[in-house]
Amino acid sequence: MTFEKFIFYVLAFVLIAAASMVITRRNPVHSALFLILAFVASSGIWLLAEAEFLAITLVLVYVGAVMVLFLFVLMMLDIDVATLRAGFMKVLPLGVLMMLAMVAELVFVVGPQNFGLEKFAAPARHAADYSNTAELGSVLYTVYMFPFEVAAVILLVAIIAAIGLTMRKRPETKYQNPTKQVAVKRADRVRMVKMETEKG
Amino acid sequence: MIALSDYLILGAILFSLSIAGIFINRKNLIVLMMCVELMLLAVNMNFIAFSHFLGDTTGQVFVFFIMTVAAAEAAIGLAILVVLFRSRRSINVEDLDSLKG
Repeated sequence: MTFEKFIFYVLAFVLIAAASMVITRRNPVHSALFLILAFVASSGIWLLAEAEFLAITLVLVYVGAVMVLFLFVLMMLDIDVATLRAGFMKVLPLGVLMMLAMVAELVFVVGPQNFGLEKFAAPARHAADYSNTAELGSVLYTVYMFPFEVAAVILLVAIIAAIGLTMRKRPETKYQNPTKQVAVKRADRVRMVKMETEKG
Repeated sequence: MIALSDYLILGAILFSLSIAGIFINRKNLIVLMMCVELMLLAVNMNFIAFSHFLGDTTGQVFVFFIMTVAAAEAAIGLAILVVLFRSRRSINVEDLDSLKG
C-alpha cells in the first residue's frame, strides 16, 4: 500500500465516521461540528484528486461561512430535543437496512469491475508548477462566463431573500429618524417668551 | 494508486448515509438540512473524481456552481427556518401541517 493510498483511506474513514456521527448525534450542535469535520476530511480527499482550488473553497465557503451560519441559527433556536428524537430507535434499524441495501446496489454499479484501474488508468501527476486555480479560472472566465454571472445573480437573490424573510419591524422599539433630526428648525425646539423685567 | 472506483464508492457510501440520516432524523428540520449538505458533498466528490480521471476541468467548474447554489440554498433555508421558529416556536416537521397536506 502506497503512502498516498494510506492517506486516502485514513481520510475516507474519518469522513464516513464523521458523517455517521452527523446523522446519529442527539445534540444538533454536535452534528454541526461533526459536519465540519466531514468537510475538512473531504477537502483533504479533493487535494489528493488534484482539485486544490475547490478543496480550499470547500474549507473557506462551507466551514467558514455555511457551517458558522448553521451554528448561529442553532444557538438562536430553543430546540426541544426529546420530542424531536421520539421514535429514533424505532426507525434506526430500517434506516441502516436501507442504507446497506443502497450501498450494495451502488457498489454493483460503480465498483472496481466497472471503474477499476484497468478501465480507468490513474492519470499522471501534474508538474510542480501546475496551477489548478489558473486552469479553472481560464475556463471559468471564458467558456463559462454566462453561467458564472448567473451564479452571481443567484447569490444576490439569496442575500436579498434571506434579509427580506428575516427582517421584521418592531413597533415598540424606539429608534432615531435622521431625516427628521436634520430637518428640525429652531422654532420646533425653542420658544421665545417675552417677559417684563422685574422692578425694584 | 487510488482507483476511480474508490472515490465513487466513497461517494456512494456518503450519499447513502445522508439518505439514512433523512430517514432517521425525519422530525428535526435542521438535521435534515445538514443531511442535504452531506448529499451535495457526495455528489461533488463524484464530479471531482471523474474530472481528475478524465482530465477534464468541466467537472470542477460544475462543482463550483453546485457550491454556489448550495450556499444560497443554505442561506434561504435557514432564513425560512428562523421565520418558522418565530411563528411556531418549534422546528418539528410534524408541526408544519397547517396546509393539511
